[in-house]
Amino acid sequence: MRVLWALLAIAVWFATPVQAEVADVYDFSSRSEEQRFQQLISELRCPKCQNQNIADSNAPISEDMRNEVYRMMQDGASNEEIVDALVARFGEFIQYKPPVDQRTILLWAFPAIAAIGGFLIVVGVVWRTRRREAREQGLTDEDRSRAERILSGDQDDQASH
Amino acid sequence: MKRLFLFLPLIVAVGIGVFLFAGLGKDPTKLESTMIGKPVPEFSLESLDDASRTLDTSLLKGEVSLLNVWAEWCPSCWDEHAYLTYLAREKGVRIVGLNYKDQRENAFRFLERLGNPYDEIIFDPKGRLGFDLGVYGAPETFVIDADGVVRYRHVGVVNEKVWTEELLPVINKARGNS
Repeated sequence: MRVLWALLAIAVWFATPVQAEVADVYDFSSRSEEQRFQQLISELRCPKCQNQNIADSNAPISEDMRNEVYRMMQDGASNEEIVDALVARFGEFIQYKPPVDQRTILLWAFPAIAAIGGFLIVVGVVWRTRRREAREQGLTDEDRSRAERILSGDQDDQASH
Repeated sequence: MKRLFLFLPLIVAVGIGVFLFAGLGKDPTKLESTMIGKPVPEFSLESLDDASRTLDTSLLKGEVSLLNVWAEWCPSCWDEHAYLTYLAREKGVRIVGLNYKDQRENAFRFLERLGNPYDEIIFDPKGRLGFDLGVYGAPETFVIDADGVVRYRHVGVVNEKVWTEELLPVINKARGNS
């Protein structure tokens, strides 16, 4: 048991320094600035090592992009200006969240369209099934009175059929 | 009407199939350049051969050129170099080099071993011009027209197939216009 604890302690000791190697390189005046930086670099995609954001990627181009984000932040640029500047160079590919405009409206609206479409289909199916059931199972007044006659043992009615 | 509805899944499946098939042959690692139709970004960088000489965008004006982004550390650049040399010597193509994030001595060693097809080489050790051009991995080759406007970008090795199918048509068109 003691060996196990020792191993665990060693494992924890070695595991801690691994995380957050990127942020340490940059100096920020405030905590919120640092959070803004982290937010920005986690939303931008590395053009070289696709499917990594530039926060996680070690590719030289990601480093350059992080530097550019940092530099522009120090110059007082807004998030939008920073993203625009990078998109102007590397294309819309680097945005994990595509902007909402005429070309992307279908992309953005698709989940809503699919949900509404699915809902309408379900409503339609339910409505039609109900109507059919009502038609097949429902008794008219004539049926009802006939049934009552049968149940009361009126022989005439049975004989006539 | 009801019969037609039965075909709906088939129609949807074929539609999705056509859409997906169109994307099948595409190489997702090759991104379209945002620079097409735009002038080469302003730069002021040293010449690789001579640190005292400063190069700027006027270098890329006057005739149609290829701007080849290369570095000694880039393995594919070694592969394409022989073909670039062939283009420069046999086809009379003007090639301007952009030595990207490299060191001078390494770049010289590369050229000593493989020859120098470049009319002029821009030395960009920090990758500043490369960044402005949206270079995300060497080698990349841009076609620049006589007005210094980017017409095309190829990411990856230039070989005969790339030359005849991609670069040459663009160059011919650029030459025709100017």
